[in-house]
Amino acid sequence: MGAKHFGARVKRLEDPALLSGRGRFVDDLKLPGLLHACFVRSPHAHAMVRDIDSGAATAMPGVHTVLTANDLPEPMRRMPIPMLTPNPAIATPRTQTALAGDEVCYVGQPIAVVIADSRYLAEDAAAAVVVDYDVLAAVGDCRVGIRDGAPRAHSDLASNVIARFPLAYGDVDAAFTNAAHVFEEVLWQHRGGGMALETRAVLASHDPVADTLTVWSGTQTPHLGRGTLADLLDRNLESIRMIAPDVGGGFGPKAIFYPEEAVIPATALKLGRPVKWIEDRREHFLSATQERDQYWDMAIAVDAGGKILGVRGRMLHDSGAFVPWGVIMPYIAAVTVPGPYVVPAYHLETVVVLTNKVPTTPVRGAGRPQAVFAMERLLDRVARELSLDRAEVRRRNFIQPEQMPYAVGLLFRDGKPLIYDSGDYPKGQDEALRLAGYEGFRERQRVALEQGRLIGIGIGNYVEGTGLGPFEGVTVRVLPSGKVAVATGATNQGQGTRTTLSQIVAEQVGCRIEDIVMTIGDTGAIAQGVGAFASRQAVNAGCSAQLAGEAVRKQIIALAARTLGVNEDDIDLEDGKAVATTGNKPMVPFGELARLAQGIPGVSLPAGQAAGLEHTAYYTPPQAAYCSGTHVAEVEVDHMTGGVKVLNYTVAHDSGRVINPLIVDGQVQGGVAHGIGNALLEWMQYDDNAQPLTTTFADYLLPMATDVPTCAIAHVETVNPLNPLGVKGAGEGGTIPAPAAIIAAIEDALSPFNVHFAETPLTPERIVAALRAAGAYERLFAA
Amino acid sequence: MGKQATRITVNGKSHARVVEARLTLADFLRHELGLTGTHLGCEHGVCGACTVLVDGHTARSCLMFAVQANGSEVTTVEGLAADGELSVLQQAFMDNHGLQCGFCTPGMLITLTELLRDNAEPSEAEVREALTGNLCRCTGYAGIVKAALDAAQRLRGGTPSQPSPASGGGR
Amino acid sequence: MKPAPFDYHAPRHLKEAAELLATLPNVKILAGGQSLVPMMNFRYVIVDHLVDLGHVDDLRGIAVIDGRLRIGAMMRQRDLETSPEVARHCPLLAEALRHVGHRQTRNRGTIGGSLAHADPAAELPAVCAAYDAVLHLASIRGLRSVPFREFSLGFMTTALAPDEMIAAIELPIWRSGHGHGFHEFARRHGDFALAGAAALLDIGAGNVVRGAALAVFGVAEQPVRVDAAEAALTGKAIGSTAIQNAAAAAWLVEPISDIHAGGDYRRHLAQVLSVRALTDAARRAGVDG
Repeated sequence: MGAKHFGARVKRLEDPALLSGRGRFVDDLKLPGLLHACFVRSPHAHAMVRDIDSGAATAMPGVHTVLTANDLPEPMRRMPIPMLTPNPAIATPRTQTALAGDEVCYVGQPIAVVIADSRYLAEDAAAAVVVDYDVLAAVGDCRVGIRDGAPRAHSDLASNVIARFPLAYGDVDAAFTNAAHVFEEVLWQHRGGGMALETRAVLASHDPVADTLTVWSGTQTPHLGRGTLADLLDRNLESIRMIAPDVGGGFGPKAIFYPEEAVIPATALKLGRPVKWIEDRREHFLSATQERDQYWDMAIAVDAGGKILGVRGRMLHDSGAFVPWGVIMPYIAAVTVPGPYVVPAYHLETVVVLTNKVPTTPVRGAGRPQAVFAMERLLDRVARELSLDRAEVRRRNFIQPEQMPYAVGLLFRDGKPLIYDSGDYPKGQDEALRLAGYEGFRERQRVALEQGRLIGIGIGNYVEGTGLGPFEGVTVRVLPSGKVAVATGATNQGQGTRTTLSQIVAEQVGCRIEDIVMTIGDTGAIAQGVGAFASRQAVNAGCSAQLAGEAVRKQIIALAARTLGVNEDDIDLEDGKAVATTGNKPMVPFGELARLAQGIPGVSLPAGQAAGLEHTAYYTPPQAAYCSGTHVAEVEVDHMTGGVKVLNYTVAHDSGRVINPLIVDGQVQGGVAHGIGNALLEWMQYDDNAQPLTTTFADYLLPMATDVPTCAIAHVETVNPLNPLGVKGAGEGGTIPAPAAIIAAIEDALSPFNVHFAETPLTPERIVAALRAAGAYERLFAA
Repeated sequence: MGKQATRITVNGKSHARVVEARLTLADFLRHELGLTGTHLGCEHGVCGACTVLVDGHTARSCLMFAVQANGSEVTTVEGLAADGELSVLQQAFMDNHGLQCGFCTPGMLITLTELLRDNAEPSEAEVREALTGNLCRCTGYAGIVKAALDAAQRLRGGTPSQPSPASGGGR
Repeated sequence: MKPAPFDYHAPRHLKEAAELLATLPNVKILAGGQSLVPMMNFRYVIVDHLVDLGHVDDLRGIAVIDGRLRIGAMMRQRDLETSPEVARHCPLLAEALRHVGHRQTRNRGTIGGSLAHADPAAELPAVCAAYDAVLHLASIRGLRSVPFREFSLGFMTTALAPDEMIAAIELPIWRSGHGHGFHEFARRHGDFALAGAAALLDIGAGNVVRGAALAVFGVAEQPVRVDAAEAALTGKAIGSTAIQNAAAAAWLVEPISDIHAGGDYRRHLAQVLSVRALTDAARRAGVDG
């Protein structure tokens, strides 16, 4: 057995190139004859397009063409981008066309594209395209959108409600009738974005000799994208290669297929020249998908001891103008509410509403932060009303480890019963509280108060379905050079996919980690693929790497045994060599075995020997893998300004067996930063007419280095019994309970004033307004 | 409109070009010189991914026109690794998981290069304040802060790092 | 987000710059570019000519002249932040500079550029308001001197003529031993303030205030001197109650509302931050409130 890689803090293989400016992001790629694109986008949230005059623009220097919907090839011209996640609950599965036809339904919807010698010239010409609009009334708020007589987000639809579905189990009415206490909360979570530092990017080139179309896209899902593009161009799937090179962050919005990913290849085909489009930040604010934006009316029924009897309510989900990912996100939100608690009865009515805003699709957390916010706010309310410690209320309601596997009573979004595979929620919370010094906090808080400082602590618990199928693939192939080639449909936007999969393969195959040559995110390298979302790659691709590695290991051993004339049991694989453990310990390097495995032209292979040392595995998980965690936030609030500082942040995280703690810690820490942004800073604002108001990084506030403390992180590993690695996902857990924990901590800090909050982001202005309404300043100034 | 002869020394090498006045320094570096390590994340001077040194001082290369840098010396991320070995700071980023997607990283490295040059023993608070001009969406900053403090210590003569080759990481 | 085309001019002398500004159509001055270039990248600003003052040596330098600190308009914010003269003579300016943007923007941004841009939430105009700075404006018609109160005309509006540039700023040096205080509240480090306060106090025997200046910014369309607060403090002994009462006048400033903050919150902050700025100033002048 070679070096132990699994579970080690292996330094990332991705780093040297990225650290020395040799990364290869889409905008770093240059092709001869390259042209540049700029899109003409709707400035109106809702309008009919009467006329497009591109005459002046087309005549400008350096401009090659201006295309509108009518200029696109069939079927792209009229065919809506296929929705890959159908659901019978969706009344009108509306997705957008590549370029808008007669009607535009959000600010930023692409209408035309200008192709020029440079982006500078393309922007000059885009400004000269004259579009005649007939402006229509717009829906800017889903609460308005469901009212009778509200404007319609699409002029041909009778209703803005695109889906309505109840999710329920147990006798919720009886639970509420018999409850000792019932408490209600009205909650809202903002609309925000993924805001990867690299914007979206597409480069397309057509090779007329081979008739192949190569598309480089800053996408999380190149295989899915290739399939969609093939449909829209009516091309043979095999004639398209989609590559996600280095991608500067994903966080969800890069998982869907966008209009620009269709239009740019179409223009490259039409012009016979490579064409590149690099989204600018303003476009990203207008046209990359966003998330959150849900309104929850919730009630909880508890007995006299704070034990949950039932939870019920209604959730309004603002889907924006289209549903490119169906109702995945509100569905996930709806089933995440019960979380780590025994909730005997549950009923949630979910209403999905179209508005004239850019569509919402999963952003890190994907509906779960909202659901956890709802549940945790309800439990904090129970604790307050019953004068119980907040940790104790949770303790009284936890699902116990001996109840695993635990069937919640709902179906998850994979269509399978929602059954938690494993987990120890009480232990996770205990570990987090211990690490956070929860027990001594009241004393710290008292001392701080004496110094005039208001500090508070808050808890957030969650369970997250990760590692969703359908599958991911990994090919492992030993090369005659002795290197080990690995190809996968999994992708990398910073998660360290290359490193993680290399660890698994190196350990299985017995090669040095630096001898692995990996191709990631390239449809040319592996036939089938899915991509990055739902914290799924460690489970899906990780297990495929394990299975493919095991298979190749067996092939190597079999061939080496035959070559060296020893028993298979007497072969060790290490550092790229097969070594006999008997006799004078002869050895044969992998490269030589790879040559042998290719055989001799015209000579049959020995019986039982496969062609080449190669195996492709497509692991398909039987169901989601349920990770969990407890977050404890400690904050200080300046009650005079409303300013909030997160002082300490503690995470106990169960993502099953950890492949690389360095990387998992990084995922958790980064996720928490996103959660801090959601809780305190990030807010994509629109006016009543659905005009976006926060379209710069000076208006939409991302957390800075001074806003995010270094988290204390504990790994509580419960092994997932359902997959060969025992792993669960880790990419989103950091974000999910952060708003719940932070808002609770703020409330706790301000407990002398008895103010309560049910919205995020919680701005300093809202804190001051609440304190003013509570009479805090009269008391202070009087004192 | 206005083309202008411009000579800029980048990473020690002099480049003369006739460029449009409106060409930003960032686009000059990326597209005229092919130095694509300098990234553009917002083009309005907030994210800091495009940070370079101009005559030794950090600047947003998206907020400068190339013509403004006429006669100046510019250092980009490509100029930090000498002789194919990572610099102390770059190595510290690798050791402390100071990067994930790597898109903000060049700007982070340039900002910290200036900080560590001016302040050999920065506190954590000083490091964090210096980093406020650079946004990172992946890491939550912890690894970057740790890397900066680690690099400062190494540069002061603490434990020397194990240099990694700047190549490698089979692709 | 690429700027529209323009012609670029890099004069070496003040006179040359003034002539370009007087003769070129649709022209704008490029100082540090940290506010102008983003607006050009967004194409909110489209010009035919850009006159870069970065090579005009006449616009640089720091000197003490007749009890005033004279600062060339093209002095970089970072130069002022690290200037011993600024620290010694105008510590309020030194303190305010630490809140201006980030190191990367201060390395390029200039004091003149910030004053000409006149963002209501910017720190440097507030400091000039507190000091009663005098601005020297240059054009082909020569130099004229304008007190800051007459320079600042409203929301991002100044007394600069279209062909005029700021040449220098003069700040009166307060008596040695005076105190200063600067507090702002921004959502994140380096962001424009939602509100802020800059205070100067000259305190004599018996803790009696001989001179007071209080400017609030980010609240109204331009930085505002809180005259009522200064009047309430001057000639009386200072203490925490006097400061609280004086700062209450900040609540009366007519506030602006935008997506970042509403008016009531802004003037609430103005009041709170005025207390803090005055308290710091009193402490630095030797009086613990």
